[in-house]
Amino acid sequence: MTELSNLCLLLVILVNFFALGSSRLTACIQAVALQGAVLALLPLATHGLSSHSLLLAGGALALKGVFIPWLLLRAIREVHIRREMEPLIGFVPTLLLGALATAGAFIFADLLPLVEAHQGGLFIPTSLATLFSGFLLLISRRKAITQVVGYLILENGIFIFGILLAEAMPMMVEAGVLLDLLVGVFVMGIVLDQINREFSTLDTEQLSALKE
Amino acid sequence: MIWFVAGMLLIALSGVPGLFADRHGRGGERLACLLVLAGSAAVAGGVIIALASGAPALLTRPWTVPGGELALRLDPLAALFILPLCLVVGGGAVYGLGYWPQREHPGNGRRFRLFYGLLGASMLLVLTADNSLLFLFAWEVMAVTAFFLVTTEQERAEARRAGFIYLVTAHAGALALFALFALLAQETGSLHFPAAASLAGGSATLLFLLGLFGFGFKAGLMPLHIWLPIAHAAAPSHASALLSGIVLKTGIYGLLRLTSFFAVIPPWWGWTVLLLGVISGVFGVALALAQHDLKRLLAYHSVENIGIITIGIGLALLGRSFGLPELTLLAMSGALLHVVNHGLFKSLLFYSAGSVVHATGSREIDHYGGLLRQQPWTAVCFLAGAVAICGLPPFNGFVSEWLIYLAAFGASRGEGLNLRLAVLAAPALALIGGLAVACFVKVFGVTFLGAPRSAAAATVNHDAAPSMRGPMLALLLACAWIGLLPGTLAPLLQSAVATWVTPVKAVNLAAPLAPLPLVGATGWVLLIYLAGLGWWLHRRTRQAPRDVSTWGCGYAAPTPRMQYTASSFADLLVSQFRFGLWTERHGGKVSGIFPTTREFASHTPDAVLDRVLVPGFRSLARGCSWLRARVQNGRVPTYLLYVALTLLTLLIVTAR
Repeated sequence: MTELSNLCLLLVILVNFFALGSSRLTACIQAVALQGAVLALLPLATHGLSSHSLLLAGGALALKGVFIPWLLLRAIREVHIRREMEPLIGFVPTLLLGALATAGAFIFADLLPLVEAHQGGLFIPTSLATLFSGFLLLISRRKAITQVVGYLILENGIFIFGILLAEAMPMMVEAGVLLDLLVGVFVMGIVLDQINREFSTLDTEQLSALKE
Repeated sequence: MIWFVAGMLLIALSGVPGLFADRHGRGGERLACLLVLAGSAAVAGGVIIALASGAPALLTRPWTVPGGELALRLDPLAALFILPLCLVVGGGAVYGLGYWPQREHPGNGRRFRLFYGLLGASMLLVLTADNSLLFLFAWEVMAVTAFFLVTTEQERAEARRAGFIYLVTAHAGALALFALFALLAQETGSLHFPAAASLAGGSATLLFLLGLFGFGFKAGLMPLHIWLPIAHAAAPSHASALLSGIVLKTGIYGLLRLTSFFAVIPPWWGWTVLLLGVISGVFGVALALAQHDLKRLLAYHSVENIGIITIGIGLALLGRSFGLPELTLLAMSGALLHVVNHGLFKSLLFYSAGSVVHATGSREIDHYGGLLRQQPWTAVCFLAGAVAICGLPPFNGFVSEWLIYLAAFGASRGEGLNLRLAVLAAPALALIGGLAVACFVKVFGVTFLGAPRSAAAATVNHDAAPSMRGPMLALLLACAWIGLLPGTLAPLLQSAVATWVTPVKAVNLAAPLAPLPLVGATGWVLLIYLAGLGWWLHRRTRQAPRDVSTWGCGYAAPTPRMQYTASSFADLLVSQFRFGLWTERHGGKVSGIFPTTREFASHTPDAVLDRVLVPGFRSLARGCSWLRARVQNGRVPTYLLYVALTLLTLLIVTAR
């Protein structure tokens, strides 16, 4: 089972890099959908077949793998954007930074004071790497849609972390993670709609025209 | 002690009945004045009883504050500060009846008297507190009540600014004192003041530096004097007298009390204090010379006199470090006597200045002129105060400066070149004295002599009211008494010095004070002779016409504007100090054969506040707002970056 989970985690990291390096929004969203689907496998791979992990896996697949990507795809179809042009930090530098962050996460995970059972695994470094990739995407992109994608990747990092604690964590907290995500996307969706209607652009740079 | 405490409570509550009195009536202010007088008399009586008993009077009551104790201790060192306080607080209350009557100031008179009483009482508490918490409590009450006195006329922007700067400096100083007393408590294990000469080693250096900073702010030592000129100028004159005469001295008291705790005094403490004293003295008087605001000028003279006192303290510290009891005794009694003297003659000067300001409605010296004819009482009192502050016989300033001079010369007989260098304090004192004489010649000449320079000065028709004259004359008498019979204060001075440092061997003040009565008497004989001569001349020229202007070399159309002004008189000396004063001069250049109307103005802002601190803090504020605009730039990605960085930092912190 460890083999399967390690494979999944490596796949997650690869998807991170793809999202960081890709300028096509549709591909980005599809990649995140893939990441969500792969993540849905993780609870089953780590905790075996139980009603709890099945519920978690089903929820993750439905939300992360299908529902949210479908929302986002619909959104870009409506606002007619295909590509992220002129990001704040270029694609190659972002990729390099992502690689650095991932390497850093692997080194760093060894230094963290963790429970015996969690040491040495791929979970913690992958979780940190995904978190930082999400942050990087949030920081370096202009388009609100790409930022939502970054936000999703960030949440995926948290989700990986959460799987480790799935047995210790009460159900409610897990539901909270998913709900949090859902609310975040809805809010972003509403904001996107508003931005588009008010400014007829989705470029968040335009938002700073409101500052003092 | 019971008298002392009763008097303190009377002074503290003196302003309260007035709050319920009629806004325009005279009852409240009279009652307040009576209460302050009764309180001052009771305090003075209590102090004298305590002194007569020979041992320090103690009073200890439990206090619910943790670590605090209502511990009062009345020893000769405190008594020397309290006695002039009684005179100035009582005198100020009487003076206020004429200077700040309730019917002329219905808006702020009652508030003023409330805080006046509270300030007097809190200073009494500061001077007698024997517990760190009680001391800090009284210190804060003193700082805050003094703030309300400075901002009495809060409708004027100048008073508000003065109050703000005063509050900032007072709290900066208090912050250092909080640290100081916390460290002291750590050192001794209790918040009670340690006994004299009981602390050795440890964090003595840090304690001394904190004390020098905290108490130096209150005392107005040169780089820390920034609140003085504006606060003294903005407050009503009797409040300025109290601020300058007594409040500054609490800083000196704190420094003395602190240094008395230590068993060993390193020489560099004495040198630092001495150097600060010389800087304060010389630059204080140079800045005073450059002012044309009467009360601001007097405030700078306070800086100068604090400098003289600090020179004395520095010499006394050196005496302790090098084990020279004569030097310590002379320097410390000189400094302590100057504390008393400055309280007396500076109050006298502020009262007379207040009388002039009250009559003309202006603080600009250049708006006065020829006031001697209309205000003879004020002029005589101001002249006496000026003679005293310049350190000339037959008044009291001479006595204390004489003792400090003797101490400085005594240092030249010490072992080793190191200590002998302290003799250089003597020429510094001489420079200060000379400049002070020049300054007061300027002030007295421009204010009271010559012809009126403005319509306001020309229409002055009243001298100081009797209620203002009384306190002035009382202070004048006190100044003359100390000047003529300094020997009467010698036992008190000697026991105060013994409180500060236990004398190694018997030394006496009698010998250094012996020639002074003769000097004083000679001075008085000279004065009486001059007065007789003047009276004789006056009688001889009774027939002559009175209003003849000074001979103007035959110029037919002289105007009052052709007299020396305050700035032109002082210009020669001020220009010598240009390196430290940076006087601003505007206009005054005349060209061509038939020049048109020209204007000239000179202005000397404060060297520390207006030249360093205000621009410094302004650029700091600008830098901070620039930084804020960079940090808080309104871009979402930047904020996200901050989140990421915070997360990273937290992770690094938790890493093993």
